[in-house]
Amino acid sequence: MLKIFHQIFRTGIVTEPLDHVEEAKVTLTGSMLEEEVMKRFSGSVAIRLVDAGSCNGCELEISAVTNSIYNCERFGIHFTASPRFADLLLVTGPVSRNMEIALRRTYNAMPSPKLVVAVGDCGYNGGIFGCSYASLGGVGNVLPVDAYIHGCPPTPSQILNGILKAIRKI
Amino acid sequence: MNEKIQNLIRYLTSKGAVSIDASVNGAIALDVRKTMFSQAAKILKEADFRLVAEWASDETFFDRGFVVYAAYNNGSDYLVIKSEMPSGESSFPTLTKHFPGAYRLERQIDSLFGLNPGGHPDLRPWIKHEDWPEDSYPLRKSFDAATPVRRVERDYKWAKAQGEGVFEIAVGPVHAGIIEPGHFRFQAVGEDIINLETRLGYVHKGIEKRFEALSWATAVRLSGRVSGDSTVAHAVAFCMAAEEAAGCVPPERARYLRAIMIERERIANHLGDIGAICNDTAFAFLHYQFSILREKVLRTNLKVFGHRLMMDRVVLCGVDADLTKVGTDAILSEIKEISGEFERLVRIYEDNPSLEDRVFGTGVLKPEVAKALGVVGFVARSSGQKLDGRLQNPFPPYDKFVPRMPLLKSGDVHARVWVRIEEVRESFRLVKELLGELPNGPLVAGWVPPLPGQSGFSVVEGWRGEIVYWVQCAPDRSINRCMVRDPSSMNWLAIEQAIRGNIVPDFPLCNKSFNQSYSGHDL
Repeated sequence: MLKIFHQIFRTGIVTEPLDHVEEAKVTLTGSMLEEEVMKRFSGSVAIRLVDAGSCNGCELEISAVTNSIYNCERFGIHFTASPRFADLLLVTGPVSRNMEIALRRTYNAMPSPKLVVAVGDCGYNGGIFGCSYASLGGVGNVLPVDAYIHGCPPTPSQILNGILKAIRKI
Repeated sequence: MNEKIQNLIRYLTSKGAVSIDASVNGAIALDVRKTMFSQAAKILKEADFRLVAEWASDETFFDRGFVVYAAYNNGSDYLVIKSEMPSGESSFPTLTKHFPGAYRLERQIDSLFGLNPGGHPDLRPWIKHEDWPEDSYPLRKSFDAATPVRRVERDYKWAKAQGEGVFEIAVGPVHAGIIEPGHFRFQAVGEDIINLETRLGYVHKGIEKRFEALSWATAVRLSGRVSGDSTVAHAVAFCMAAEEAAGCVPPERARYLRAIMIERERIANHLGDIGAICNDTAFAFLHYQFSILREKVLRTNLKVFGHRLMMDRVVLCGVDADLTKVGTDAILSEIKEISGEFERLVRIYEDNPSLEDRVFGTGVLKPEVAKALGVVGFVARSSGQKLDGRLQNPFPPYDKFVPRMPLLKSGDVHARVWVRIEEVRESFRLVKELLGELPNGPLVAGWVPPLPGQSGFSVVEGWRGEIVYWVQCAPDRSINRCMVRDPSSMNWLAIEQAIRGNIVPDFPLCNKSFNQSYSGHDL
């Protein structure tokens, strides 16, 4: 137990500072996000993620958004296990034929008003996988998308920025 | 070719016509008659070979029909058995009765090629879900990749358990966390799992078909997106297969840089996963701590290689990244910083009874089961299997920089964590040594596409385990077929075996300790 306490105090608060550019981006996005989240979502945005066919690259970076350094929860953003409580749907990947129904069902299970954010170049237009017998291409071909986050995969700060962009649309 | 292989070939020849196929590079390839395909498997099994991969190829463009391939390994020998089907025929003898690991590979061949593995015990569709028309076979040349596939009404026949108190839990494809989609169906009595059946294929996006439409250079980018967490290892594996087929050799400096990136990918993923496993025992503290370390590695990657996950840094016959003195120093000081931190966290892991209670004896994959199923990677090494692609197929620089292999026999969650802890330490050492001896010279050598009909076979040990590629060049020197075998394709079967008798709440923990790729499996 003592080792744990020791490690906790040694680590201190790691949320920030990064290098200057990144730091500025995250805190700037963060403070704007916080404001919007307070104003429009009474302080808390619940996000449901659906991997609709991604290579797992975007998932890694979305997970990073929740780590101690990016720490999205400080802005009132958290990931929820159920679409029933979700305000925003994050979708990664080209939409595979085999995930289309599950994606639509998840969307339909969310209460309105709801936002959809497509993450990554694949979510935009199918990326390198394109459109084919197995891939329906970008998320926009299946659901109404409020914002796209480009990148392969986008960095955690780009993901935070994209979420902000979508929230502002409400 | 060593004596053991020569004896084996002589023995196979005595059983029927066998000839060495020189069009396959990177492994010894033997052509056998179709009837010998399964018999060869039996002989190889007796000689203690393990099944590495099984796949088919449509060779219409070479005026042949379908060809089935199976790759085997023993020690450092990789052997490919190849069998052409007489035109018009669409069945071949199953290998599943000799190697249970072939079970899903053959269902996949059946679903995507429409080639029937005669004698296979279970030919329900795999990857191709039940709502696909039965007669759509996407990997045949006659199938146009752009054709949308209509949905039909059909049911998937799940394994059923019956009896008093037996109930079913269906989970997925959409899971609670930030992870990939797949469906798990448990039959349980109370909390105890009596059977688990997985169904995958949800993220099938037609990767193997897509390869056939891309140029060689773009195909490298696609291989880097087969499984995003193993982007470097997959890209290296694809490039090595293509280089084998073409007879091109990347410069020495490029090979070192590839190995440095492979090891850094291993470190980043192991760090993240060790933490995530602790998180699944509700010990969030270590999760947060390990994710800080992982983030530090990714930041150094961005600074040094220009991409957090090092995507698209591997190119045909070389690399598209270089290390300057500044970059080398950044990596060395990062290792110095995080390795000390890592050791402190490992001591906390060892010291925590509540964690110990969850990880010891949970999700046991017995060594004999691991061997029978042909599992690979850290999962195999945690269940007593001496397998590491870097040792079996020591392509440079791994011939000079030999990793020490951690080996545990208990096969439980703890073993899988511990093997990965040891591997992180080993990768730190390898990266430091590789950096110390990084040769000077060019980063890329000239790339010329292979000659028509030539193919290349490659094996690369990614962080998850042995990644296998086989690439065949078409008559117009484009890609005729690219077979991808992610380690997950072998290891997914193992979780169903390891989970029996465990309690339902331990499933996420067991699953995380295997951490298999859905995308790499579904393709």
